[in-house]
Amino acid sequence: MWLKKSEFNEEIMATSASKYAYIVCDPNLCVGCQLCEYVCSFSKTGEYNSYRSRIRTVRVDEVLITAIACRTCENAPCVIVCPRDALTQDPQTGLIDVNAAKCDGCAWCIEACDFGAISINPHTTLAEICDHCKDDPEGPQCVKWCPKEALSLTTPDQRAQRSRRTLIAESFDMPQKATDPK
Amino acid sequence: MYGYSGKILHIDLKTRKNWGETKPEEWYKVYIGGVSMASRLLWENIIPGCDPLDDGNPICFANGIFTGTPVPVGGKFGLASKSPLTGFVGDSLSGSWFSVALKRAGWDGVVLHNSCDSWTQLFIDDDRVQFNDATYLLGKGTFETEEAIRNKLGDDQIRSCTIGACGENLVRYANVTNDGRQAGRTGHGMIWGKKKLKAVSVRGTHGVKVFDPKTLNQLAYDISKSAQGKDTEKYRVYGTSTGLLNTNKLGVLPTRNFQEGVFEDAELVSGEYLDRHHKVKVIACAQCPIACEQMSLVKTGPFAGAMTGIEYESLFANSSNLGVSDIRAAIKLITIADHDGMDSVTMGVTIGWAMECFEKGVLKKEDFASEEHPEGLELHFGNGEAAVAVAEMIRDQVGIGKLLAQGTRIASETLDKERGTESYKWAVHTKGLESAGYDARSLKTFALGLATGTRGGCHNRSAAYDPDMKGETNRLTVDETRGRVASESEEYAAVYDTLPLCKFIRRSFTGKADRSGAWPAIAKLINATTGWNYDYDDVDLIGTRACTIKKAFNIREGWTEKDDDLPWRWKHDPFSKGPGAGTVVTDEELAYMKKLYYEAKGWTEEGLIPKELLIKLGMPDVAEEVGV
Repeated sequence: MWLKKSEFNEEIMATSASKYAYIVCDPNLCVGCQLCEYVCSFSKTGEYNSYRSRIRTVRVDEVLITAIACRTCENAPCVIVCPRDALTQDPQTGLIDVNAAKCDGCAWCIEACDFGAISINPHTTLAEICDHCKDDPEGPQCVKWCPKEALSLTTPDQRAQRSRRTLIAESFDMPQKATDPK
Repeated sequence: MYGYSGKILHIDLKTRKNWGETKPEEWYKVYIGGVSMASRLLWENIIPGCDPLDDGNPICFANGIFTGTPVPVGGKFGLASKSPLTGFVGDSLSGSWFSVALKRAGWDGVVLHNSCDSWTQLFIDDDRVQFNDATYLLGKGTFETEEAIRNKLGDDQIRSCTIGACGENLVRYANVTNDGRQAGRTGHGMIWGKKKLKAVSVRGTHGVKVFDPKTLNQLAYDISKSAQGKDTEKYRVYGTSTGLLNTNKLGVLPTRNFQEGVFEDAELVSGEYLDRHHKVKVIACAQCPIACEQMSLVKTGPFAGAMTGIEYESLFANSSNLGVSDIRAAIKLITIADHDGMDSVTMGVTIGWAMECFEKGVLKKEDFASEEHPEGLELHFGNGEAAVAVAEMIRDQVGIGKLLAQGTRIASETLDKERGTESYKWAVHTKGLESAGYDARSLKTFALGLATGTRGGCHNRSAAYDPDMKGETNRLTVDETRGRVASESEEYAAVYDTLPLCKFIRRSFTGKADRSGAWPAIAKLINATTGWNYDYDDVDLIGTRACTIKKAFNIREGWTEKDDDLPWRWKHDPFSKGPGAGTVVTDEELAYMKKLYYEAKGWTEEGLIPKELLIKLGMPDVAEEVGV
């Protein structure tokens, strides 16, 4: 593996404390195809357009590729900073709600977000943030479409469990199953 | 119109004027996109008979029908100019985000006329066109240039086609590169360099709309999932390089400049070896769920740090073909080609030619002298370090690099004229384009495909190695079926190159890659995107039309039946070992097969296209100019 998953998580997690689930991308699996952006923008706007996607792929160099969406921070900075109280956080899910009547597209939330996970729609001038496709019975469309299963909607605890399992599976040989004496 | 904007952008690089051209839906139904539309734009906009390096040779981009939609592997565009290597149509395809940005900017195609007065970075910002000074980009590598432009213009979503040092220095086989993918082979980079065009960048902020998104999404989703199955496994796991052991087994792996078809160290330069020792990560083009590009890194030795995506064609040309069994040298060579923007196949084959010249005493050690290597170089087969030094001399046009930067045809003609030698006998090119990684001496249907190919010695346009290698034909002999097989496999490939869709998806529609498996599925995708009513026959015609417009272009540029020829070596110089030992394609066999091929196309004995056929294909203006 060219990038240890643990290294990546430590660096990012240091600035984000979230007990909530959010869309996370495994950079070892992401190939950078951007299908998540196509399907996200289509689900939300009816058009395929990366500029309108609420999840964004990032290609830092030729091989360092991943995708980022809202990380549902606790005490979310975007909510705190909003001068019009247009943003609120659902205490159950951590999802950020944008009140269209209050938001005027001032972009303070964009500056406050460490993850670059918020954008302003140029047509509506409203802030747009990932909502886990909460109204879609199929759940997050990016997760459904990701061809490499790099995306998942999970909590940090769930990912920690998965990391432990992966570590053990990679560190030890599987015990040999008893062979048929015949 | 759905799927298209109906608009072509024209830009005059000299006067800096730009204008839009509206095309009717009927035009799109004939030329579709990709190589076919790019070749058609070239047909319409070139000054016929002009030198490829003159202002009269335009740069023509053509987008794809599925670009910007979730249809898997549809993010590709075609690029066409008259090729400085062949003097005929230079049509290339490149994958990834540039095409998507162009689609979102609202252009189905772009035609660049004339030349810039000074080094320019052209910026198409939705419907605005900007000419920026490119001095700060000169000398930068291809990916570096893209990043520098994104930094300067301040948007990560700006996508650029660029040339590297090779294009700037007018290497005849320089490439145009975008997003780590190349519009390669036919020397686009040299044309761009001559026009002082360092980069074309695009920002597209509009959404793409299709006729029936619900159906299209479902079709795309199903194909995308099925593309994770065994039908694409070889591409996903090892990439195209996994073919190397197979071509070696069949005895068609070009070895030591096509002298033999079996390489004793094939294991050491195989895709499997690459996977075990050098693979860093697999990456994908835009909207591709397969992901085949095996990013590979050299970790030890003098070339440590070299990294690029390795494909079979690049790999054969720079390993077995040079007798190089240290795969690290091959990775370094391909990295130079990719980073500085030249064609890794032509570069490898040209260095192979130079190696044979050295071994035969035609070129001497001192011929390879440079400031860096004042004593010259011992360019034996197998000397990877010397090959790397020569690649750098080609890039920088230093010493003998100037000669080798012309490709094997011009290099051998120049050398033979100067020294009275016969190095043309081991210059392995067709129409001036160096041959790809399937030695056609013992793949006789493929030999026909290469000889008649409008692009020259290209495995992407003629797919006739496939029936030969699968045993559907007897690859060591010729018979009356070959004209039909070569023509059909060429037109099959042309459908993919025109839509364009990457061919690696071909088995993922229904599990069957042939016409009956793929065409109905492709018709459904076209109909959901555009609202047309395409069926099997319409899809089939896409390929016929693509081959026809390219051929018509060549005829207008002076093509005659004599141009459909093979390298001297394949006609006279058999392998000494392997399954293909002893076979060549004789002049008689070639003439016989060419006759069959022209017949299969419905062309005349001289290979010209009848007027009625062109009219029937929807090209009355072409019929007027070149029909007989």
